[in-house]
Amino acid sequence: MGACNSYDLLLNAVMAGLLLGGFYAAVTVGVSISFGILDIVNIAHPAFIILGSYIAYIVNTRIGLDPILTSVVALPAFYALGAAIYQVYYVSFEKRGQDSMRGLAFFFGILFITEVVLILVFGVDYRYVQADYIETSWHIGVVDLPLRMLVPCAMSLAVFASLHLFLTRTFTGRAIMAVAQDQLALQLMAADPIRIKRIAFAISIATASMAGAFLIVIQPVEPSIGRDYIGRVFAICVLGGLGSLPGTLIAAVLLGVVESFTATCAGPSWAPAVSFGLLLLTLAFRPAGLLGR
Amino acid sequence: MPGWAFVLACAVGAGVVFAGVRLAGNDYVFFAGYTVLQFVVLATAWNILGGYAGYVNFGTAAFFALGAYSTVFFHKFHPLPIPVLIVIGAAVSGLVGLGMGYLTLRLRGAFFAIATLALAVVLQTLVVNWDYVGGSRGAYVIRPADIPALDLPYIEYLFLVMLALAAISLVVARTVERSKLGYGFATIRDDELAAEASGVPTLKLKLIATALSGALMGMAGAPFPYYISYLQPSSAFALEYAVNAIAMPMIGGTTTWVGPLVGALLLGTLEQITTVTISSAVNLLIVGVLLVAFVIIAPNGLVGLWQRLFSKR
Repeated sequence: MGACNSYDLLLNAVMAGLLLGGFYAAVTVGVSISFGILDIVNIAHPAFIILGSYIAYIVNTRIGLDPILTSVVALPAFYALGAAIYQVYYVSFEKRGQDSMRGLAFFFGILFITEVVLILVFGVDYRYVQADYIETSWHIGVVDLPLRMLVPCAMSLAVFASLHLFLTRTFTGRAIMAVAQDQLALQLMAADPIRIKRIAFAISIATASMAGAFLIVIQPVEPSIGRDYIGRVFAICVLGGLGSLPGTLIAAVLLGVVESFTATCAGPSWAPAVSFGLLLLTLAFRPAGLLGR
Repeated sequence: MPGWAFVLACAVGAGVVFAGVRLAGNDYVFFAGYTVLQFVVLATAWNILGGYAGYVNFGTAAFFALGAYSTVFFHKFHPLPIPVLIVIGAAVSGLVGLGMGYLTLRLRGAFFAIATLALAVVLQTLVVNWDYVGGSRGAYVIRPADIPALDLPYIEYLFLVMLALAAISLVVARTVERSKLGYGFATIRDDELAAEASGVPTLKLKLIATALSGALMGMAGAPFPYYISYLQPSSAFALEYAVNAIAMPMIGGTTTWVGPLVGALLLGTLEQITTVTISSAVNLLIVGVLLVAFVIIAPNGLVGLWQRLFSKR
């Protein structure tokens, strides 16, 4: 408690916060797409991230494959899962119109089912993975750079950058950015809005595979920790401005640094409250977010 | 049925239930019955905001735990009788609901839902870091041996209290449903923009619904420490309260007071049975699957199915 009087410690807190923020960007980018762009309030997203962690864990313990490599291999499966979920969501809720309440309850149910199934299969013990870089640390002056943070952060930024390029440079990507604004105009451009939305939602779930692997590299995972990420993910998404990927990145880094400072100065048990405080402040004072339209 | 007759019917119904459970002559029935009744209160409370006004609250556990922890606080500070604690729990939860509603209800419904979800995490963090109410270790709340005024064992007294709360919340829900307030809520649910344009004070109505719903949840939580006698943050903030409070009205039907009651009685009883015969994790899985199945297949719940089967239109 209250140990933030040393310069070295502060410097390390900033560094740890930046690395954490990079990871948060990967955790949030899926929700930035589903909630920010498509207006689908997928509160089950963190549950899919935990699912990704467990798949990385299973493959890592059984055949020793690198967790992040596993998550890349699992991308198509997550993509298919996302497409299937969107299909159910579309037929049951979007097509019938008006009823966003049941859509929310639907995702809440999925969140809950995923968590309970993971508890039934794996129990509530913390699981972790093995990889060479998890134990190593680089030191630059007084600053520690643990590779278990640095590798996920770098990979996150790579994922984030490629998604940003995809959304701004390709036809499908631009169609995704447009689908929430004007479906009719999209149809006039010979793109099926439902198909575009399905692709976008499937991509958003696919990112959970990678985010899950990053998570289990950073820290041991148990089924219910996904809940801690709900507040974080939506705080980042709202703070950054809905539908803005650069905003999401800035907000993710901001939250990472603030959380890291809170953990250093007030104790780690206070960290979960930071994201909620940030979310409430944003909603109260600037609901459009940092880079919102 | 006029209002006073419904109150009478609820009182008689509660009396019959209490007499019936006493006849069973088994303490376990009181323990299990308490939980089911607690869910009747939570489901009815959730439905006032969720079913009537269409705003989803994922933070049932937070409001419930606020009631429970205000009891723990007063247990340490200055012990009070349970009915007083219930009023305090209702006030605390109602005020928190009002405050959070004021910050988030001016925005789209999704923001409110997300904020309630995060509220549970934050309140839990606060409680974990607050040593006076036990912190992460939890708090022991020793039941008094007997009730001076009534000649009842303590568990029967708690059951009676929860039965009264269930009756009160049903009366509140039905009164709201048939009042101007209820019609106001319905306009918000059906088309908030049109309601706003027609001069319905939507923000005020939403705040009333949130405070009322939160207060009822706090009431349900207030006697809980005495029931469980050792309260941990993880048991007071358990996600299963939120899931059940949503699943029960969704399964029963959200537009009338009957839906949450039917849902809570059926699902609550089913849960007591599966928890005892299989396991509590499987029980939670069943709740989740039923919730998803009902929102997809039967969006109007059992009451909706019933109406479709038996109405001539």
